[in-house]
Amino acid sequence: MIRAIQLSYRVGNKTILNYLDLAVEKGETLAVMGMSGAGKSTLLKCIGGLIRPTFGAVEIDGVDITRMKESELDAVRVKIGMVFQYAALFDSLNVYENVSFGLRRHKLMSEEEIAEVVRTRLAIVGLPRTENLMPAQLSGGMQKRVGLARALALDPEIVLYDEPTAGLDPITSAAIADLIVKTRNELGVTSMLVTHDIATIKRVASRVAMLHSGKIVAVGTVEEMEDHPNPIVRQFITGSGEGPIRITE
Amino acid sequence: MGIITDVRRDNGESERAGRIDLVGEVLQDVGNEVAAVVSAPGEYVFRAFTKFFEFIGESSILLTRTVRFILAGRIDLRDTVNQMAFIGVASLPIVLVTVAFSGAVLSLYMSQLGVRWGFGGYTGGVIGLSVARELGPVLTAVVVTARSGSAIAAEIGTMKVTEQIDALRALAVSPVQYLVVPRLIAAIVMLPVLTIFSDIIGTVAGYLVAVVNGVAGGGYVSSLKSQVLPSDVVKGLVKTLFFAVVIVIVGAQQGLRTTGGATGVGRSTTSAVVISIVTIYILNFFLAYVMFGGKTAFL
Ligand SMILES: Nc1ncnc2c1ncn2[C@@H]1O[C@H](COP(=O)(O)OP(=O)(O)O)[C@@H](O)[C@H]1O
Ligand SMILES: [Mg+2]
Repeated sequence: MIRAIQLSYRVGNKTILNYLDLAVEKGETLAVMGMSGAGKSTLLKCIGGLIRPTFGAVEIDGVDITRMKESELDAVRVKIGMVFQYAALFDSLNVYENVSFGLRRHKLMSEEEIAEVVRTRLAIVGLPRTENLMPAQLSGGMQKRVGLARALALDPEIVLYDEPTAGLDPITSAAIADLIVKTRNELGVTSMLVTHDIATIKRVASRVAMLHSGKIVAVGTVEEMEDHPNPIVRQFITGSGEGPIRITE
Repeated sequence: MGIITDVRRDNGESERAGRIDLVGEVLQDVGNEVAAVVSAPGEYVFRAFTKFFEFIGESSILLTRTVRFILAGRIDLRDTVNQMAFIGVASLPIVLVTVAFSGAVLSLYMSQLGVRWGFGGYTGGVIGLSVARELGPVLTAVVVTARSGSAIAAEIGTMKVTEQIDALRALAVSPVQYLVVPRLIAAIVMLPVLTIFSDIIGTVAGYLVAVVNGVAGGGYVSSLKSQVLPSDVVKGLVKTLFFAVVIVIVGAQQGLRTTGGATGVGRSTTSAVVISIVTIYILNFFLAYVMFGGKTAFL
């Protein structure tokens, strides 16, 4: 469903993604883990068609999106729901206007039908009857949920989550993780999340990939990763300060 | 940096320290710039040029895209009307005050000298021409830059650093169509309207000051009528169309290239205002030169 082939991203003389290869199969939930600044958001934005890689291809359903024109890309973007690290809700619009934004802009249905979609999406994320609240009135966890409801409004086939649980307490994190599972089960979406939260990975991921030095250095199930021969992977999964990765700065 | 927090403490000592801080920072900035020029003049000039052409390039692309959406009729009427209210209606009071007092101060000197040297009868014509050709259009544009150009940069810049711009694109909505198109149309419509009000208030304020200073009211009006042609007013309004484009495109361009959180938004806002105002003044000279045949000598 999603394939990144030799994906590279450079800014100036800094290499963020370095000939990276990755595949996400239909219906699975792949978690990409990596340190802060490893390039996780960059990878997600390349896949979501928000930034163009400097080299390589991103295939969605077998079609390379990196060479598409903006107008062609829009058709692909509609198939991909994005949940941003800090929710990125439109802060001048209320919850209803946020969730209905894409539908209204693209004039895909009548206002009654839109209202129904908004209602069902808010119900899925567990925030019924919040339509009239402004983003500033919501907690961080609620904002993430509204962000997910907005991403789901256009009925995406793929949902990309950028650090869905970053900055949330453990209980809210677990609830968001369960929501990712529920979204997959109820809507049958292919999901990819980037995170460094191991608890969330264990709750939701069918497979895990480790991003390090601009490459995917390991892919496998959580169990496989736990006794992976690569010490970097083991160190990350166990969260140890001792190992090949050292924070010296 | 430290100046605001330092001044807030009611303690003369730290206020002075704050000022010294600020002076120090400014000197440091100046020093850095000078060092950059002196140590590698070629590289410095090269960097300045690159930045300049980057700005020109980005702005032209942005303008082209915006115009393309407008020509394709992809205009959201409600957003546009909201922006008209913000850029136009809400700017009116401050525009009026600014231009009224500028007309008034010009009239103060003109009428005093005029009465003393016997050319007081020309006051109306001089004020009227100055206001219609220059003061009205330019000051209105400057005020709208300060008020709305800064807001455009800050709003779009904030949306950029909080990933709301990415969120728009992820929903297959063009930020240019959603954010820039309504603002550009609103500015192009409202700037001339505001300027008409400016022209009127500037001339009226000039009249009041002239009369107080001993110029005959009837003379002011008749000189105004004979000197200021409808084409002067119209040409002044035409200039504001260009200014409107500058204000919105520069504001949006600076907003869209914002990086680095709140500091970045502040930086974008400041540069949007500075670049716009400088561009407006330079552009104004050339527009005046073309439209008034270079005869704007009295300003
Ligand atoms: N447009 C850019 N310009 C300069 N540096 C960038 C840009 N985008 C990302 N980076 C840098 O690339 C690195 C990876 O960023 P990111 O993908 O956000 O990492 P992560 O999401 O894993 O924390 C960071 O060091 C970031 O500063
Ligand atoms: Mg990130």
